[in-house]
Amino acid sequence: MDAFTTHTGIGVPLRRSNVDTDQIIPAVYLKRVTRTGFEDGLFAAWRGDPSFVLNHAPYDMGTVLVAGPDFGTGSSREHAVWALQDHGFRVVISPRFGDIFRGNAGNAGLLAAQVDDKVVQRLWDLLEAEPGTTISVDLHARTVRAGDGPDAIEDSFDIDDHTRWRLLEGLDDISLTLTYDAEIAAYERTRPSWKPATL
Amino acid sequence: MGRTLAEKVWDEHVVRSTEGEPDLLYIDLHLIHEVTSPQAFDGLRLAGRGVRRPDLTLATEDHNVPTLDWDQPIKDPVSRLQVETLRRNAEEFGVRLHPLGDREQGIVHVVGPQLGLTQPGMTIVCGDSHTSTHGAFGALAFGIGTSEVEHVLATQTLPQARPKTMAVTVTGELPEGVTAKDLVLTLITHTGTGGGQGYVVEYRGPAIEALSMEGRMTVCNMSIEWGAKAGLVAPDETTFAYLEDRPESPQGADWDAAVEHWKTLVTDDDAVFDRELELDASTMTPFVTWGTNPGQGVPLGGSVPEPDSFAEEGDRVAARNALAYMGLEAGTPMREIAVDTVFVGSCTNGRIEDLRLAAKVLKGRTVAPGTRLLVVPGSVRVRLQAEEEGLDVVFKEAGAEWRGAGCSMCLGMNPDQLAPQERSASTSNRNFEGRQGKGGRTHLVSVPVAAATAVRGTLSSPSDLETSAVEQVETTTSGDQ
Repeated sequence: MDAFTTHTGIGVPLRRSNVDTDQIIPAVYLKRVTRTGFEDGLFAAWRGDPSFVLNHAPYDMGTVLVAGPDFGTGSSREHAVWALQDHGFRVVISPRFGDIFRGNAGNAGLLAAQVDDKVVQRLWDLLEAEPGTTISVDLHARTVRAGDGPDAIEDSFDIDDHTRWRLLEGLDDISLTLTYDAEIAAYERTRPSWKPATL
Repeated sequence: MGRTLAEKVWDEHVVRSTEGEPDLLYIDLHLIHEVTSPQAFDGLRLAGRGVRRPDLTLATEDHNVPTLDWDQPIKDPVSRLQVETLRRNAEEFGVRLHPLGDREQGIVHVVGPQLGLTQPGMTIVCGDSHTSTHGAFGALAFGIGTSEVEHVLATQTLPQARPKTMAVTVTGELPEGVTAKDLVLTLITHTGTGGGQGYVVEYRGPAIEALSMEGRMTVCNMSIEWGAKAGLVAPDETTFAYLEDRPESPQGADWDAAVEHWKTLVTDDDAVFDRELELDASTMTPFVTWGTNPGQGVPLGGSVPEPDSFAEEGDRVAARNALAYMGLEAGTPMREIAVDTVFVGSCTNGRIEDLRLAAKVLKGRTVAPGTRLLVVPGSVRVRLQAEEEGLDVVFKEAGAEWRGAGCSMCLGMNPDQLAPQERSASTSNRNFEGRQGKGGRTHLVSVPVAAATAVRGTLSSPSDLETSAVEQVETTTSGDQ
């Protein structure tokens, strides 16, 4: 996983709450056995609508998605994170994320930044009034910034310490865990013999 | 201070705990299927890693398999490749697989419990959000993404932050004809889709204790639909009776040792939950959804709500979007909504008890003209059991399609899909836009409501089938006067 420190890119206002993972990528796009190439399924149903935000320049070049609460609820498909990344997104900003989506984002290197509801409203208004406005996200400082002058938006975002640390370092969980092999083996010796086995 | 059930199960599985880091949890059972595993196995190969505990891993084919001609090679080449990839991976890494055509094939969350692999006090994960189903046995079970699937394959552990705990106490008794599905749909509308976020939930109280294992699985299955990490029910005599003599249940002295331990898996009297909710089962009625998330529901006797009636602006916008997508007018009585397709199946309601309930309503009746009824058993075992009991004959005589086992129309990945604007009453768990097929419109319902809806062609409960007969008599009588 690549390390994530700061990112600045065009913001995309997605004025929707409860954007579930079936919206992000419908099941028929999950048949691929590779790790990339999922951008064709991203928001597949909505992209058929000419008025959908990603069908318009400069939003089509966006890398920071700003969505309503409960983004990424539903299915555990990590393909939802991959589809966003394959399209070019590096950051999703929302007041609340589905648990599994947030975990998947952290594992795959997409920053899920949780902000106050009011911040999302202000970002939406700004991004719609001035299409192409960039949003800067600083993972060290946990801040999100957009716009200039008196109307500039600057606020903090929430992310758990462990995920932040792993993203900053670009660390893969598996290599970390494998350093605890002795502890895992010790635990295994304590498991009761009546626990089920599949083989 | 005492501990909750979830805390006890958690504590028993901590391999390593350090301040400021997530706990490293040992995983007792890892279930895998064809859709969320191929990239995980690829990751292992790339890193030169193996599967640490193939003996704690089980694979089945469910999401992407056809329910027609399931004994033939899969027609769609992309789906076929995905299924064949699972078969190759299972063979290469020594993982037990129940493929199409195998007696134990089926939806992963139906297969685990019926084999007896799902037992109290276990940690169970799967690359599928409905893994919470297994919580019905007092197991800590939750869905994970593909990176985590790879992590569990490689290490048999998972780093997890300790969740908050919540108690949902359901008092009273469910009225006749009201099911576990109605209970959980009522709960989700009450809490909203994010209400359980960050919590492991324990469902308790007399109405939960009175449920069968199948009913408890239906409730726990939908925990994720209100955002909860997992849902559990404390194991009791109902649980032990279900597990006794299952193929993979402990036997003899092992059984006694296991039960002795399982009996300790209850929340202590002095334990404290981070949050508590209480619902009264006796006021519940058949419950259906009108919108595009599982929290947008009303009693079947109610009407499509007016978007402006919601207090929050976000909910008003969501309701307007949902009504536009669903093609519904505010104020329309739910019972007047006509459906094209009825789906009985899924990991929520595709077990033998569900099929028995459906057959009970359908016996001697026929599916309404212009309505299609799909009955999809959750597993091959469920299908064979239903056929042994003659339920398939009831379904076929009623005009239903009797299919092979799998996830089917619940997620519209295989050919079982709704056409654009086609409307369904579905016993599954998600009414998201396009979930059952692009443009499809889903109403989530219980099994008895699904069966009655198939007969009348409009959203109905079994009591409507009796009422319509009475109404007919009354109309005839008044006509005579």
